[in-house]
Amino acid sequence: MTDIDLAQAVLAGDRLALARTLSQVENGTPEGRSAMRSLFPHTGKAHLVGVTGASGTGKSSLVNQLARFYRNPNGDAQPRRVGIVAVDPTSPFSGGAILGDRIRMRDLAGDPGVFIRSMATRGSLGGIASTTVSVAQVLDAAGYDLVLIETVGAGQSEVDIARLAHTTIVVEAPGLGDDIQAIKAGILEIADVLVVNKADLPGVENTERALRGSLNLAHPLPHRFMHHGLRSETSGHGKLEEVAGQTDNPTAVEALWVPPILRTVALDGTGIPDLATAIANHRAYLESTGDWEQRERWRLQTELDLLLQTSLVEDFRSHLPGGAYEQALEDILARRVSPFQAVEELINGAERGFKENT
Amino acid sequence: MSERMIRVLIAKPGLDGHDRGAKVVARALRDAGMEVIYTGLRQTPEMIAEAALQEDVDAVGLSILSGAHMALVPRVLELLKTNGQGRVKVFLGGIVPDEDVPLLLDMGVIGIYGPGTLSDTYVNDIRKALTATND
Repeated sequence: MTDIDLAQAVLAGDRLALARTLSQVENGTPEGRSAMRSLFPHTGKAHLVGVTGASGTGKSSLVNQLARFYRNPNGDAQPRRVGIVAVDPTSPFSGGAILGDRIRMRDLAGDPGVFIRSMATRGSLGGIASTTVSVAQVLDAAGYDLVLIETVGAGQSEVDIARLAHTTIVVEAPGLGDDIQAIKAGILEIADVLVVNKADLPGVENTERALRGSLNLAHPLPHRFMHHGLRSETSGHGKLEEVAGQTDNPTAVEALWVPPILRTVALDGTGIPDLATAIANHRAYLESTGDWEQRERWRLQTELDLLLQTSLVEDFRSHLPGGAYEQALEDILARRVSPFQAVEELINGAERGFKENT
Repeated sequence: MSERMIRVLIAKPGLDGHDRGAKVVARALRDAGMEVIYTGLRQTPEMIAEAALQEDVDAVGLSILSGAHMALVPRVLELLKTNGQGRVKVFLGGIVPDEDVPLLLDMGVIGIYGPGTLSDTYVNDIRKALTATND
């Protein structure tokens, strides 16, 4: 199959072609890049939802339940096509990986409206792989209107998902830490929706209180104080908080997104409809405030910057005189030069090389 | 950019609940630098074929200790072919009577590895089988 055919087959709904394309994109092959060229104009429709949190909080089970819910929604709602990207870590020693998220997603087997793809981080440290963004885009182009992206078990600083997803769900579980953990920077900051999973376990009140406390300490921004406004209580389903200015302009209403805190039990599906409502509310919020476009811009800019960096470094290294890079590394190891100095010398040397060549 | 990563699905079809062997193999393949998708217990051949398709794997390892291999293995092979994945290599672990081994190899299984097999054996077999087909 030529690359164009491959992309056409993906658009036509061929699952094998989709799987192949995902591999090509993940491996960064020329075929993958060429397929991306044909597919990219068809992206931008899917709601990308990130699911992150520490190991063992129940991310995979939660993704499983969410996907089930979207396939069999309550009432008259249409079922949605769900793509799932599940990321697990690559071994730093062997380069291999065990990708085990599918174990929790067996309920979804046999449903043609669901496509699950596991991927390894392949050396990326931000909780997702460097190609996860492209993999999500291919699923988007293939017509999956909701793409759930599950990160590796993330601790505190694996926050790349927030740059990729429109909506980021941070999953916590009872018993994992006190309120100081909750006010540190990092993973809690990126939450658009906070989930306390395993809510049938003891200690769930404490976890929820710590999270709520941390939100109240930090959220949201000076607006509220400037307006001396009333604020409506959130119902816990991610409704907008309205801050009405009473003093200068009685009609001014500013909407701020306050991450709702929801309890779920992913094993039996408790709380999943509320979670789906919160995700939908967040999307509506993004669209009504213009944040959707803003995130889109932020996301694509990040992607552009990363690709640019990678290509520039590769191109630069291909222009270095043979052995220069290795020599620089030896010099650093022997403490003859500092890493900064080595970089400077490499860049200067390469520039001289460019000039001699031209 | 990177050299092609070998992706392997390890699955346990049928009803026996003994997954120690499957986990040992999954771990050994990981340590050999492969990406292993592990699907867990009690998979139907249909679930296995579908996972193999979505994950675009190069090889599928089946672990069967129930004695149902002569029913399950042909079914998996057939479904892979139907899905256009006839190139995917299938290997088998578990308890397989000697007289079934040639029959399974005839069906296209690349190797059958009982208890006590050294991990190098199947790691090398998988690598060899894959380099033989990919150019």
